[in-house]
Amino acid sequence: MISVRRSSSQERRIDMATDYAALKKGGFMRQKQKNCFSLRLRVVGGNVTAGQLAKIAEVADEFGDGHVHLTSRQSIEIPFIKLDQIEEVKAALGEGGVEPGVCGPRVRTVTACQGSAICPSGCIDTYSLAKELDDRYFARELPHKFKFGITGCQNNCLKSEENDLGIKGGIRVSWRESDCIGCGVCEKACRTGAITITDGKVSVTADKCNFCGRCVKSCPTDAWDQENGYIVSFGGLFGNHIAKGEPVIPFIADHDTLMRVCDAAIQFFDDNALPGERFKFTIDRVGRESFKNTIMEAYNNG
Amino acid sequence: MADFQITDSIDITDAVCPVTFVRAKVALEELEVGDILSIRLNDGEPVQNVPRSIKEEGHKVLRLTDNGDGTYELIVRKEAE
Repeated sequence: MISVRRSSSQERRIDMATDYAALKKGGFMRQKQKNCFSLRLRVVGGNVTAGQLAKIAEVADEFGDGHVHLTSRQSIEIPFIKLDQIEEVKAALGEGGVEPGVCGPRVRTVTACQGSAICPSGCIDTYSLAKELDDRYFARELPHKFKFGITGCQNNCLKSEENDLGIKGGIRVSWRESDCIGCGVCEKACRTGAITITDGKVSVTADKCNFCGRCVKSCPTDAWDQENGYIVSFGGLFGNHIAKGEPVIPFIADHDTLMRVCDAAIQFFDDNALPGERFKFTIDRVGRESFKNTIMEAYNNG
Repeated sequence: MADFQITDSIDITDAVCPVTFVRAKVALEELEVGDILSIRLNDGEPVQNVPRSIKEEGHKVLRLTDNGDGTYELIVRKEAE
């Protein structure tokens, strides 16, 4: 029995050893140690259930060396998985609702902060959005890696501008005089000097407002009408080159427009990028104006 | 501006967040529904957080006035749970 197993695993080793790219695509990252792989798991928006964690712990003990690594982008990797146990490991993880992640030239883990479902500062439901983007794009093949990151507010805990496509929650406000008690807290809460109060009337200077929503959140009487929406940035990267993603479109106030913009951005990358070229460099090479026109078209055509 | 029949007053200018809100919450718990509490609190973090937190607890913020000396007076009516 033992000798049969050994020979079949050796055959498998020969088949698979040559195709590291396929393994990488399936989330198995080659380690320095011979025949050992660090298995990256599929995590969405940084959320993992207790049941999944228990299964991950079990697999790390049984097939790894008893530890896991938390990656810089909210995934979990289980190191020291042996090449000939890859299928067993996948099956074991599957029982606990855990899937392998991906690496290589495709859409990577969609990261998110806790957002409005949990955090008092959150302006958007980051997790639902991460789930939706993951369903829509995860592992889509592209000329190079493509990262989405979603942060719930201007505190930017999730560092949205580090990503190829970053989404930041915001609130577009308008003052409702009927409920205002004239306390002036909004003016103090505003960090950009966008709010002025004259003779009891509150006014918001649109080009100073950064949609942080602090006026709304500090208001003791809810005297604001609010539209929760998205500030999107494009072309961020934080590896060998460091660049901050730049916004090219105004505040997005609805979900469907956001999806059209994401579709257009990823399609632009797919159509124009050279192999191994990050989004920022594609935008720079093809031209910011051309990119902006593509995105504005998606923004406007609802 | 209307004057209110103040039931009780507290001064939380010697506290920092989150104790500021806790003191206000405790004071409100000791009142009856409809009673009015006056709270003296500091400018800065307390004035941006305490009124909002009280609103989120379901009470009614009636007035917030700047005393001009780095403190505010917050007038709150206790509401039913």
